[in-house]
Amino acid sequence: MKELLIIIMGAILVENFVLTKFLGICPFLGVSKNLSNAIGMGGAVIFVMTVASAATWLVYDKFLLPNGLVYLETIVFILVIAVLVQFVETVMKKLLPPLYKALGIYLPLITTNCAVLGVALLNIDRGYSFIESLLYGFGGGVGFTIALILFAGVRERLELSDIPETFKGLPITLVAAALVSLAFFGFQGLF
Amino acid sequence: MSMKAWKTLTNGILKENPTLRLVLGTCPTLAVTTSASNGIGMGLAATFVLVGSNIVISLLRKVIPNKVRIPAFITIIAGFVTIVQLVLQAYLPEINESLGIFIPLIVVNCIILARAEMFASKNPVYLSILDGIGMGIGFTCALVTIGAIREILGNGTLFGMELTKGIIDPAIIMILPPGGFLAFGFVIAMVNRLTNKKVEHNPCASCGMNCGKLAEGREEVASK
Repeated sequence: MKELLIIIMGAILVENFVLTKFLGICPFLGVSKNLSNAIGMGGAVIFVMTVASAATWLVYDKFLLPNGLVYLETIVFILVIAVLVQFVETVMKKLLPPLYKALGIYLPLITTNCAVLGVALLNIDRGYSFIESLLYGFGGGVGFTIALILFAGVRERLELSDIPETFKGLPITLVAAALVSLAFFGFQGLF
Repeated sequence: MSMKAWKTLTNGILKENPTLRLVLGTCPTLAVTTSASNGIGMGLAATFVLVGSNIVISLLRKVIPNKVRIPAFITIIAGFVTIVQLVLQAYLPEINESLGIFIPLIVVNCIILARAEMFASKNPVYLSILDGIGMGIGFTCALVTIGAIREILGNGTLFGMELTKGIIDPAIIMILPPGGFLAFGFVIAMVNRLTNKKVEHNPCASCGMNCGKLAEGREEVASK
C-alpha cells in the first residue's frame, strides 16, 4: 500500500510530468491560456493516460513479451494509443454525451501528446506491475492537470503585467514556467 | 541547384527554424539540452527520422487515402524511430542512455508530423529530402545552442571540456529542469530581439494536429 502511495504522489509532485520530466509541453503552453480550457484538457489527459497505461501494459505483457516482439514496442504503443483515443471518443459520444461535450474536443489532440506515450514507455522501463502502471498513469495525469491549472493562473496574471517588448509572448511564458518548475523542485526529496 | 531547392533547404535553418521560429518539438528541446553533445545526438536522430519519413511519405503521397493519412504518417514515422532506437542501442549505448525515452518519443515530435502533413505529402521526393535536411539542421543547431548555454552555465564545460574552472562557479540550476525553461525563454527572446519579429505565441499553429485551433474552436462553439 505504501509503495502505491509513493508512486502516485511521486508522479504528481516529485517527478511532475510537465515541470520536471518535460512531457506534454506543447499542450502545457498551448492550452494554458485560460482556466476552463486547462481544466477540460487536464480531465481528458487524466482519463486517457490512465486507460492508455492499462492498455499498453496488457499489450506488452500478454502479446509482445511472450511473442518476442519487444522491439516493436514503439510502433505498437502509438497505434494502441491512437486506436484507444478514437474508441474512447466514439464510446463517450454515444454513452456519456455530457462528458463528451466537456472533454471531446481535446481527445484527438491527445494522441500526439508525449505524456501519454511517455507514461506507457516509462511503465515498461521501470518494470511496474499492472496496478502500479495504472496508478502511475493516473498520477501522471493529475500532475499534468495541476501544473496546467496553476500555470493558467500565472498566465492570467502575466496578461496584466508590464513586460519588456522582446520578452512579450512566449519568452516570458517560458521564464514564468521556469519559476513554477523551480517551485515544484522543492518537492524533490519528499520521499 | 535551382532557386526553389535552395530555398527549401535554407527555409528550415533560418526563416522557419522549427524550434526557434515555429516552436515545435518543445519537449525534447527542453529535456535533452543538458549538454551540447546531447543536443547533437537528439538533433541527428530526429534528422534521420525526418528525412526518412519525408521520403517515404512523399513517395506514397498519392497512395495514402486522405482520411487515414495521420495514422499512416504516424506508423511510418514510428518505423523509422524504431530503426534509430535499435541502431543507437547497438552502436552508441551511451547516447541511448542519456537521451532515454526521448528517442522513442521522436514519434510524437510535432516537427516530424508537421513536415509530413504540410510538406512531404504535397511535394516531390527531392524537395522533401531537402526540406527534411533543412529542418533537421535547424533543429540540431537550436538544440546545440541551448545545450551549449546550459552546459557552460550549469556545469562549466562545453562538449565535456573544462571552460570556467576557477573563474566562475557553475550554477547547477541551469542543467536542472527550471534551467531548461529559463534558457529556452532567453534564447527565444534573443531571437525576437535580433530579428525584430515576435515568435508566434501559438506553439501548435504550425503542427499538423492543430491543437491550438481546435481548442480555440471550442471557445467559439461555446460562445454561440
